[in-house]
Amino acid sequence: MNITQLLFWILTVIAIGSALMIVTSKNPVYSVLGLIVTFFAISGHYILMNAQFLAIVNIIVYAGAIMVLFLFVIMLMNLSRATETLKNKWLQIVGAIAGSCLFLVLVAALKNTEIKKNLVEMGTGDIGLVKSLGRELFTTFVIPFEISSVLFLSAMIGSVVIGKKE
Amino acid sequence: MSVQLTNRSRPVDRRPMNWAERLYLINIFKGMAITLKHFFKKKATIKYPEETRPFSKVFRGLQILNRDEEGRERCTACGLCAVACPAEAITMEAAERQEGEENLYREEKYAAKYEINMLRCIFCGYCEEACPKDAIYLSQTFTPANYQRKGFIYKKEDLLIPNPVTDPEGYQKALGTISREKEGV
Amino acid sequence: MYLLAIDWFFILEKLALIFVIIMLSMGVAMYATYGERKVAAFIQDRIGPNRAGPFGLFQPLADGGKLFFKEEIIPLASSKFLFILGPLLAMVTALLTSAVIPWGSSMTIGNRQVPLQVADVNIGILYVFGVVSLGVYGIMLGGWASNNKFSLLAAIRGASQMVSYELAMGLSLIAVLMLTGSLQMSVIVGEQYNSVWNIVYQPLGFIIFFICALAETNRTPFDLPEAENELNFGYHQEYSSMKLGFYLFAEYINMFISGVIMATLYFGGYDIPFVNEAHLAQRIGENWVALLTFLMLMAKALFFVFVFMWIRWTIPRFRFDQLMHLGWKRLIPLALANMILTAVVILWLKK
Repeated sequence: MNITQLLFWILTVIAIGSALMIVTSKNPVYSVLGLIVTFFAISGHYILMNAQFLAIVNIIVYAGAIMVLFLFVIMLMNLSRATETLKNKWLQIVGAIAGSCLFLVLVAALKNTEIKKNLVEMGTGDIGLVKSLGRELFTTFVIPFEISSVLFLSAMIGSVVIGKKE
Repeated sequence: MSVQLTNRSRPVDRRPMNWAERLYLINIFKGMAITLKHFFKKKATIKYPEETRPFSKVFRGLQILNRDEEGRERCTACGLCAVACPAEAITMEAAERQEGEENLYREEKYAAKYEINMLRCIFCGYCEEACPKDAIYLSQTFTPANYQRKGFIYKKEDLLIPNPVTDPEGYQKALGTISREKEGV
Repeated sequence: MYLLAIDWFFILEKLALIFVIIMLSMGVAMYATYGERKVAAFIQDRIGPNRAGPFGLFQPLADGGKLFFKEEIIPLASSKFLFILGPLLAMVTALLTSAVIPWGSSMTIGNRQVPLQVADVNIGILYVFGVVSLGVYGIMLGGWASNNKFSLLAAIRGASQMVSYELAMGLSLIAVLMLTGSLQMSVIVGEQYNSVWNIVYQPLGFIIFFICALAETNRTPFDLPEAENELNFGYHQEYSSMKLGFYLFAEYINMFISGVIMATLYFGGYDIPFVNEAHLAQRIGENWVALLTFLMLMAKALFFVFVFMWIRWTIPRFRFDQLMHLGWKRLIPLALANMILTAVVILWLKK
């Protein structure tokens, strides 16, 4: 087994384990921490696929900014005490159905993708590097990129308007 | 009308700040220039145990019970110092001089016990002024620290100056701590 | 020597480098505490620590020893795991940043070319940002896990400060990145090595970056997270012993590393000014030049550390609303303007 393949499996175990921790832990702060660890493992996968830019942006944006806001909210709402689990049977059934629907969709989507022989391609390909990614974004995908940026801008303005309202 | 003590006082400028002032950067650089100037200034610190600061000529420190040139105690236990003491720090017990003690005590009456409570003493120097026999002086040292309260109650043995006959060196050293210039002040 | 498809000499070389760099940042941080006290004393016309050893040089050892032997108090109602994880994360994130910094020109040992840089990754400066943004977790977890309202509020204050100033910092940096056209630290330094330093083109960007670095490292005038007297101390209110020491230590490591990063980005990194390193290398050998360049970088970084301290003992603290006002309404628009201006000038010159 190659060292990179070994790393791949280790990262996979960490990612899935911490993802399970998000769902199972009673304390919401631990859930957030689990989510952060998951992001790190996924960033590790990006690096193994030689997508350094994606990896670091994943860490800066998700682990560094969005999860901090999550933590803000959880800490200020003082959810530290384990909140009561859902008792309603109907809600549980609905949850199970919704979850399995999502699972079905995922399986259907991934059914036809071909599984590559090598799981990692460290040092090969430069799709994830900043230069090629930037060129793709600003030539081929420039319209979706600009549309999404306008979307973000409108969201920002919307939040400012809501915040200004007395 | 207020008295002007220094020429450095300046009225507060309450005009609204202009653009450059609102940046604060100029004032911050000015402040940093001032601190940098202090960086190279001569330091005010005195490295205490190695260097000591000279006391003023009229400094009033720890009391000393004086002897005359022949090494006899000058104190006659008259009690004037205890009366003069505003803090009531001095107590004493008098005793009569016996035959053969002439080389120890100058007069017929002497202090068998003489105590000053240094926790009460305010070092005002009234005892020194009250003493008719030049027996008590305030020296130029201050009371050393102690671990217990009873260590601050100074007995006669702690207060007496060394005997000039048996220990001339110690006597001279202790004399040095009594300010000679005091008489002139 | 290849085993398991790994170049073991490579691993050894990197491990040695990592060890040296971590020891270096620890040592610098240790003596930065001494330097801080000395600078404070000199500015206030005092002498400062001078009892432990000659010139008080053993003072940091005494302070460290004191911290180690203090009683370790973990509050009863705190969540213990997170309480210990907090200072650990602060320390680790402080040390991680040094990995992508080029510390000097490359050395030749045997017949191997050894660059004085742990990892010359493609996204160097973004890596620094990623790690800095993780530094928030040390503060937030520590403050929350203490189970103390004051700690929690201070942690939120500190975290929001760091998150806000990160934005202006990143925007001011984009101008530098546009000049060099690369995120790679070695390229950024190499560009300045061959021409002039970035500070010549980016004075405004540097000032913004410097102010943001002060805020990111929680230094005065932005040291609200640790305002003992008026804000009831910071996120480390409940900490004692070496856990508190780690928080304070991490601050000094951050200070040193941000000094190094400022030197690297704006002041030519390990470039010795007015000296042609290639000529010098022919005369005294490559390894000596590497050492000299390393010392040059250290000198630049330590100068910034000194400026940080100098500022600390000159300027009073900001109020929190003033801090946010400066960050969001002054620095971010200024950094944006600087970025657009730089872009326009670059496009103009290229045409």
